[in-house]
Amino acid sequence: MSRDAILNRVRTALGRAAGAATPEAPPVRIRIPETIADARIASLLTRVEALAGEAVRVDTPAAARAWVAAAIEGKQAVASNAPFLAECGIPELAGVRCGLTVESELRGLCAVAGVGITSADYALADTGTLVMLSSPREARLISLLPPAHIAVVPSGRILSGLDELFATIPLPAGETSSMVLITGPSRTADIEQILVRGVHGPGKLAVVVVG
Amino acid sequence: MTSEMHRHIHETLGDARLQEAVYTATGRLKESRIAAVAPDVLPDYQELRTQAHALKKHAIENLDAYLDEFERNLEAHGGKAVYCQDAAEVADFILGLARERGARLIVKSKSMLTEEIDLNERLEKHGLESVETDLGEYILQLAHERPYHLVAPALHKTRYDVAEIFSARLGVPHEVVIEKQTATARAVLREKFLAADIGISGANFLVADSGAVVLVENEGNARLTTSAPRIHIAIAGIEKIIPRAQDLATFLKLLARSATGQWLSVYTSFLSGPRRAGEIDGPEEFYVVLVDNGRTRLLEDPDKRQSLYCIRCGACLNACPVYRKIGGYSFPWVYSGPIGSILTPQFMGPSHAPGLPFASSLCGACAEVCPVKIDLPKALLELRSEVKIADRREGRGRWEKLGFRLFAWLMRHPRLYEMAGRMASLFAPPARGGWIRSVPGLMNFPPLKAWIDERDLPPPPPRSFREMWRRR
Amino acid sequence: MAMAEVLERLGYELDFPEKQTCCGQPAFNSGYRDEARAVARHFLDTFEGGDPIVIPSGSCASMVAHHFAELFAQEPETLERVHALEKRVWEFSAFLTEVARVEDVGARLEDIVTFHDGCHSLREMGIRDGPRRLLARVQGLELRELEPAQECCGFGGTFAVKFGELSGAMARSKVDAILRTGARTVVSLDPSCLMQIRGALSRRGSSIRTMHLAEVLASR
Repeated sequence: MSRDAILNRVRTALGRAAGAATPEAPPVRIRIPETIADARIASLLTRVEALAGEAVRVDTPAAARAWVAAAIEGKQAVASNAPFLAECGIPELAGVRCGLTVESELRGLCAVAGVGITSADYALADTGTLVMLSSPREARLISLLPPAHIAVVPSGRILSGLDELFATIPLPAGETSSMVLITGPSRTADIEQILVRGVHGPGKLAVVVVG
Repeated sequence: MTSEMHRHIHETLGDARLQEAVYTATGRLKESRIAAVAPDVLPDYQELRTQAHALKKHAIENLDAYLDEFERNLEAHGGKAVYCQDAAEVADFILGLARERGARLIVKSKSMLTEEIDLNERLEKHGLESVETDLGEYILQLAHERPYHLVAPALHKTRYDVAEIFSARLGVPHEVVIEKQTATARAVLREKFLAADIGISGANFLVADSGAVVLVENEGNARLTTSAPRIHIAIAGIEKIIPRAQDLATFLKLLARSATGQWLSVYTSFLSGPRRAGEIDGPEEFYVVLVDNGRTRLLEDPDKRQSLYCIRCGACLNACPVYRKIGGYSFPWVYSGPIGSILTPQFMGPSHAPGLPFASSLCGACAEVCPVKIDLPKALLELRSEVKIADRREGRGRWEKLGFRLFAWLMRHPRLYEMAGRMASLFAPPARGGWIRSVPGLMNFPPLKAWIDERDLPPPPPRSFREMWRRR
Repeated sequence: MAMAEVLERLGYELDFPEKQTCCGQPAFNSGYRDEARAVARHFLDTFEGGDPIVIPSGSCASMVAHHFAELFAQEPETLERVHALEKRVWEFSAFLTEVARVEDVGARLEDIVTFHDGCHSLREMGIRDGPRRLLARVQGLELRELEPAQECCGFGGTFAVKFGELSGAMARSKVDAILRTGARTVVSLDPSCLMQIRGALSRRGSSIRTMHLAEVLASR
């Protein structure tokens, strides 16, 4: 059996017996900087814009709804089932389809929609990153298939960075089949090193921070 | 092999446009990396490198235990581990699964390992359609070429090349505007993503405590490959293991910055198993193919097993003055640049491409930029020694060996050494205008010719240091 | 000779063990470890003692300080001698800045120069600022930095002849960078780099000259 053959070869090469104890791994290196909420929000917005995304901070869920309404004017949109989007009243906006739980339907709509609207589980201030865990509330394809992606995120979910993320969720596999870190719009420089946005994922990304 | 390498080098050096493309592209990546790890931008860069090295060392030195842990956690989340010893076994597994599921169309995201094992060719021989979805890889697939660079696979292609390739292979009108070419690829590949039965990815990291696969990309094709089709197969070398998800706080800070200078790549996916109950989309089946293909051989050498720490960032390619001149196709295998120079002889044996470890001036720029602190120059020096030992065993390179024996003998006899120096002055080729610019036929032995072809030689000094010292 | 002058001017008494020949690097770099070991042994014997050893070459100093230990890893007794030797070996500019602790050696040279960081001195020995501080104190001297900085000249020992065309191409890139500075002299710590650069400059028809740092510092 290949499994046994390979593992035996590994052990022989390393001079280890089957079932041998493993010495302790180097301690995890997690360094969470001290930050204040306003600074984190400001950093997130700056970084998203530096990556050619749009970033805006609004005070209230109602203001978020107004911003999104203007942004999706005249377009077909698919929204995730995130409770925060409902709190903002976004599912009620004209042109928004929401509450989808059947994959084929979701896929069909995402394939033709002009905008995908989601919330995010976390955001990372230092790199301008959205953290999205796949769940009944957040499908994967909404932030992936449509050519534009709007994420509406309560400010309290903004972490300082990767270290704080992995301190908060040390074992993402315990919660979801897919955790995706999104840092800016899709891009490539594969041809002559010329930057082109929106290759497969959305070419336009907007982050609306609420509160 | 070596003469083929010299031929490729000669061709590349003579192609001004290609020289410009390779030098400029790697230069940009090199500068971007420097900016992203500068002390005011990433103050703990050196500490992170040390930690990354220590983590890989630990994982590799206890690989059996970590593979075991990986498998257990993968299966706990509904995935399946498949161990494959070589290219044939990987192909057999995929073909078998495809047959069972009635799958015909495969979409693929970037994986150097699949290049290593010629996966697409094997699948296509059996009637499966396997489509590369990374833009650069897609272009190369249409052109039937292999990647030029770890991170920028189509570095050597111009927009005009792409226009030719697309119009010839896709039947689209000839188009040289890059945005439009990208849009064409996007449209074609979107259909493939949504129709594919199987998505095959590589893995940047295999996370033992999670049974998870980490994918790092900028385009979104890896996300689509692993989210749209019903079946996801991740194929990875066994050395991609890292101990814990939390270790990504170290590795992710190094990978994108070292590769392209981005602080994080656009998409980083942490995938563990098929979709969970209640999740609306995602694959229903999740396999991780763990591949040996010679890696266990590299594990045997305690000094050189560090070659397996590589996280495939490509920083060494961008820093290497040799790669920047000779480009990816001068290297005999899919892995090019400094990492290719140490992997190829270890996978293929020292006699496969015996000149390869010598195609370096040992400047050390690679070791300086490696995020996991692989001592590449040291490995090159050891490989050089192995090549010479293999040569001796197989009866090659006797003249050179004799030459160095003579050198060693002379260096142990100082008076003869001094005499040899004096004779060099007497028998040196004529120096015209104070320089030796050419050498008469009889004296034109290879090393001297190789020097004189490219640069002048200063004549031996009229008086040696020893003579001057004695006269004081 | 220039190195000897500079050191004597600083008050050092010099000994030149006549038995010395080579550090063995050409053999080591070419994969001939047995031959390199034989030459290294001769070096160890020649330089037995306690005085500091000053070497006007970054690559030779690095060979002794970093690679002798690899050669004798299987010989514990020799290894002890190697470790003792490692502590005494100094590349010339490092000796001045770290041991003699001087930066102004009273040198004078009216010239515009650029400095080439040899790869061994730079990356294996960590020498970068020292030579620049020494050059800054030479009266009449203007230093202009190369751009791109810290790129290999392409010598690499037998690489220069095994991959002659490639080595030549790297040398030509170095010459391009040198020409861009407008300097009239190229200074370095390593005779092998200087030979490569000198040969390439000459082949280009340039009258730019090369000088070892010691020669610059010996100038009055």
